[in-house]
Amino acid sequence: MAEKRKKLLQGNEACVEGALYAGCMFYAGYPITPSTEIAEGLSVRLPQRGGKFIQMEDEIASIAAAIGGSMTGLKSLTATSGPGFSLKQEGLGYACIAEIPLVIVNVMRGGPSTGYPTGPSQSDIMQAKWGTHGDHPAIAVTPAYVQEILSETVRAFNLSEKYRTPVIVLYDEILGHMREPITIPDAGELPVVDRAKPTCPPEEYFPYDEKYEVPPLAPFGTGYRYHVTGLNHKKDGFPTNDSKQIRENNMRIMNKIENHKDEIWKNEEKFLDDAKIAVVTIGSTARSANFAVRVAREQGIKAGLLRPLTVWPFPDKAVKELSKRVRAIIVPELNLGQMVLEVERCAGGACAVEGIHRVDGEPINPAQILEVIKKYA
Amino acid sequence: MSEPAVKEKKQKLSVPFNYDKYMRPHKLPHIWCPGCGHGIVLKSLLRAVEATGIDKDNICMVSGIGCSSRTPGYVDFNTMHTLHGRAFSFATGIKLAKPEMKVIVISGDGDALAIGGNHFIHTCRRNIDLTAIVYTNSTYGMTGGQYSPTTPIGDIATTSRYGNIEPPFDACEMAKAAGATFVARGTAYHTLELEKTILAALQHKGMSVVDVIDACPTYYGRMNKFKSATHMMEVIEKDGTVNVKQVDKLPPEKVQGKLLRGILHNVERPEYCQQYANIIEKAKGGK
Ligand SMILES: Cc1ncc(C[n+]2csc(CCOP(=O)(O)OP(=O)(O)O)c2C)c(N)n1
Ligand code: SF4
Repeated sequence: MAEKRKKLLQGNEACVEGALYAGCMFYAGYPITPSTEIAEGLSVRLPQRGGKFIQMEDEIASIAAAIGGSMTGLKSLTATSGPGFSLKQEGLGYACIAEIPLVIVNVMRGGPSTGYPTGPSQSDIMQAKWGTHGDHPAIAVTPAYVQEILSETVRAFNLSEKYRTPVIVLYDEILGHMREPITIPDAGELPVVDRAKPTCPPEEYFPYDEKYEVPPLAPFGTGYRYHVTGLNHKKDGFPTNDSKQIRENNMRIMNKIENHKDEIWKNEEKFLDDAKIAVVTIGSTARSANFAVRVAREQGIKAGLLRPLTVWPFPDKAVKELSKRVRAIIVPELNLGQMVLEVERCAGGACAVEGIHRVDGEPINPAQILEVIKKYA
Repeated sequence: MSEPAVKEKKQKLSVPFNYDKYMRPHKLPHIWCPGCGHGIVLKSLLRAVEATGIDKDNICMVSGIGCSSRTPGYVDFNTMHTLHGRAFSFATGIKLAKPEMKVIVISGDGDALAIGGNHFIHTCRRNIDLTAIVYTNSTYGMTGGQYSPTTPIGDIATTSRYGNIEPPFDACEMAKAAGATFVARGTAYHTLELEKTILAALQHKGMSVVDVIDACPTYYGRMNKFKSATHMMEVIEKDGTVNVKQVDKLPPEKVQGKLLRGILHNVERPEYCQQYANIIEKAKGGK
């Protein structure tokens, strides 16, 4: 076995490593702080393996080109931040309805608008779910460590290939620019999933065949000539005005995610077994929460941490279950109250829910969280 | 910048022609109105495709949104109906990812020049090997006849009831200025000439743009008091244009104010995917 490769990497560089590990062969993007290092890294690395990199004229074009790349069978990535994520929403919806695998990284920065480009934020949690119009499936993964940015980027590709849907990697500026020692996994150490391709003869191929939950996707130019559209469509990919078919189309793209939430969810739990106070949070804020919970424990307070690595679909089951056995759930987040709404929904009044919010470009520190934990102790 | 001009080849026309080979007959009837020019343009395009001899499996047709952009649904290629204005970007991704594929972009004047204007410009600038057919009917047909970036000043649209005050774009001038290496114009009236023009565009290595003047009798025609679809074709396409080869032979008053047809610009410049292949070699060589 090859010697493990240890590296001191920035979060965005780890994202590059993750994408390459997952087999990414196509990148299209437009520079924006604090995500630009991903584009810079891939512009060097992709051609080294025969992959393609292109800097487009804007984020709308970037996501469109990345979807185009994916249609030829290449695993495709686009990365951005705040304002660019807003522009990508149109293409995100297209990839949802046309069921095209794609990974979108959003390194969150302060907003609205140009906001605070070099400051951290977690204010795109809701946008990651609701940003594009219409009901649509959403998967977003939320790493909290540089090593995890690598592994979660791989997982994002895997989920996107498996479910034929765009997957968002959501982390904040702190993580994007933080350096930590990480280990590049050996080949085979992490699973790598490739999309299913059809094996039937072309005349029997339907790109949206309802007999599958996730129909195989033929790369363009391989003898399967079919049609792709952003309009509601039938199993053959052609538009339809039939209300039954429109419903089937909309429900299938939702259900292929909804029915597999158990496989998509991933949570880290700390000290939750006997916890009376739980902190639920993601990303860099979870690092502060981790610290606060440990200090609370040292002081004899039964605090615990639930850290979702999949924020969408929201971990309903875990939070619901948790709310029934704790006194309070505390939700620190770098926004004015987004994830806390989901936690309140899941708790349904079973326990107290309190948010900690911050939008001054500074991280939520452990002391802030500890103070609220103590309130419920 | 001096770019070598490309010599024109003599093209053979393919008449009579079996359209079924390229159509998805079960997807007919199409959505286009009687008298719409879009179907006529498609026929010229298919005859040109036949003349290239390229296998259908290796052809990808990408469109944006609009009446014109419904074209890919009817033809038996790898087809993609994308987002309003973004076809150029989707096509760029497909072509770069799979350079061996022939990628044709279908767009309307609203799609290519308004919402997609920035993508259009940059796709031309890159000189990536795409063939773009822009169906210019001077209106937004799909949404019911609003004014577009090619609506002449003074004309009536549902959003310019008092007469349009915005000057129109010339798609060919823009494509050329932006860096497309093949720029041509045809009309739905001059079908055989259009076939030859599109064939030359398909055979060109680099970004080729064919601006095709066609008519929307349903909205633009009615609002601007044209008597019929054929009347529109005669006034706008036949009498409103002149072949670039005839310009020198005609008195100036017969040329003035008319749009030029034919191949307007045809030069050689390194193509994007070829250049990217060089990048891959460089990167692999570790230099
Ligand atoms: C983002 C977005 N904005 C607006 C529309 C509505 N829309 C659909 S087609 C169209 C205009 C199409 O005009 P053109 O490209 O000239 O094609 P034509 O219908 O005339 O062939 C518009 C504005 C849309 N689909 N998407
Ligand atoms: S509305 Fe106009 S552009 Fe659209 S199909 Fe009818 S005639 Fe053609």
